[in-house]
Amino acid sequence: MPSVSMTVNGRQVSGEVEGRTLLVEFLRGPLGLTGTHVGCDTSQCGACVVHVNGQDVKSCTMLALEADGAEVRTIEGMANPDGSLGVVQQAFQDNHGLQCGYCTPGMVMTAAALLEKNPDPSEAEIRAYLEGNLCRCTGYHNIVKSIQAAAAALR
Amino acid sequence: MYDFEFVKVGSLAEAVAALKAEGAQALGGGQTLIPTLKQRLAQPAKLVSLTGIAELVGVSASDGVLSVGGATTHAQVAREATAYPALAELASHIGDPAVRNRGTIGGSLANDDPAADYPAGVLGSGATVVTNAREIAADDFFRGLFETALEEGEIITAVRFPIPQKASYQRFAQPASRFALTGVFVAQYADGVRVAVTGASENGVFRWSDAEAALSSSFAPEAVDGLSVSPDGLIGDLHGTPEYRAHLVKVLTRRAVAAAG
Repeated sequence: MPSVSMTVNGRQVSGEVEGRTLLVEFLRGPLGLTGTHVGCDTSQCGACVVHVNGQDVKSCTMLALEADGAEVRTIEGMANPDGSLGVVQQAFQDNHGLQCGYCTPGMVMTAAALLEKNPDPSEAEIRAYLEGNLCRCTGYHNIVKSIQAAAAALR
Repeated sequence: MYDFEFVKVGSLAEAVAALKAEGAQALGGGQTLIPTLKQRLAQPAKLVSLTGIAELVGVSASDGVLSVGGATTHAQVAREATAYPALAELASHIGDPAVRNRGTIGGSLANDDPAADYPAGVLGSGATVVTNAREIAADDFFRGLFETALEEGEIITAVRFPIPQKASYQRFAQPASRFALTGVFVAQYADGVRVAVTGASENGVFRWSDAEAALSSSFAPEAVDGLSVSPDGLIGDLHGTPEYRAHLVKVLTRRAVAAAG
């Protein structure tokens, strides 16, 4: 089987995969990083969003071998080094930005990607950027509030 | 998904060679192909990834032409196609942000989904599709549903868009999938106006020639008032009847002309 190596949350990792192995399968399986969720598996819901070389992508619609040599960041890499919640994660907790929590890893990764590009997004820009992330619990209002709070905290 | 051999190449020459293998298929950003493979609707023996070929990535403009490398993502076009704002705007509404970070213009055109946005921009601009073997005019490139003039193993290396005086793309999004239920690209050039319609026809993207003639003599929304689109051959499904799509073509054309200013 082909081998793949990449940096995940600052750690060099490698493993053997099939051609068809998805990035999310490599992260959740061999690497045990189960914070990244698979929701729809059809690149619609965004639960599987991770960052690859700084870009938010749907890891259920990218082959693991395409990430060979890449820098990958997952929800586990969003916490502070001491294990406490990072700024975006804390903002979601403070603002009740999650209920069941299934979509949350993707929401946090998408929010972080938005804030890196646009540190002061309007509410409309936040909602537009969440187009590819579905939440079936809270109805988005508190997710948007969380991202606004995270933006303010990061500025 | 059936398994396949995966190859990532660093140059166009390597890609052309790798695609000569039996059952080999090119892989762009994979935003359509990977879902297709998951449904086992395709079974390539080998996928040749084009995303590592630096010469296929980039946006540049000179002498009134915007050139976009075949493996350039929608996100990059949205950011960098400042010389052709209507095209940048079109790219900024494809899929969602994460999809735009992977999906490529070459992948979208080679796939030629009847509801894809790029075909409208390419046909509406009278663009030239450049491959490793030749140059194909947009009018000759699109051949129907998921069908193009591309030969087996042929790779889109770039798309060259003549930059119009005015242009706009207007789409009516299907509320659930956000694909264009119908989308219209209008572009005004010194020698006339082009109007390309996506999402509406059973034969894929097409030019609305009556509107082109009317708008070439008067570039105003009212110019299409007296025209009608025949519902014959338009798509009818649970999201809209052929008559509804025919109506949308006219409404969106008016909106595009108004937005182009």
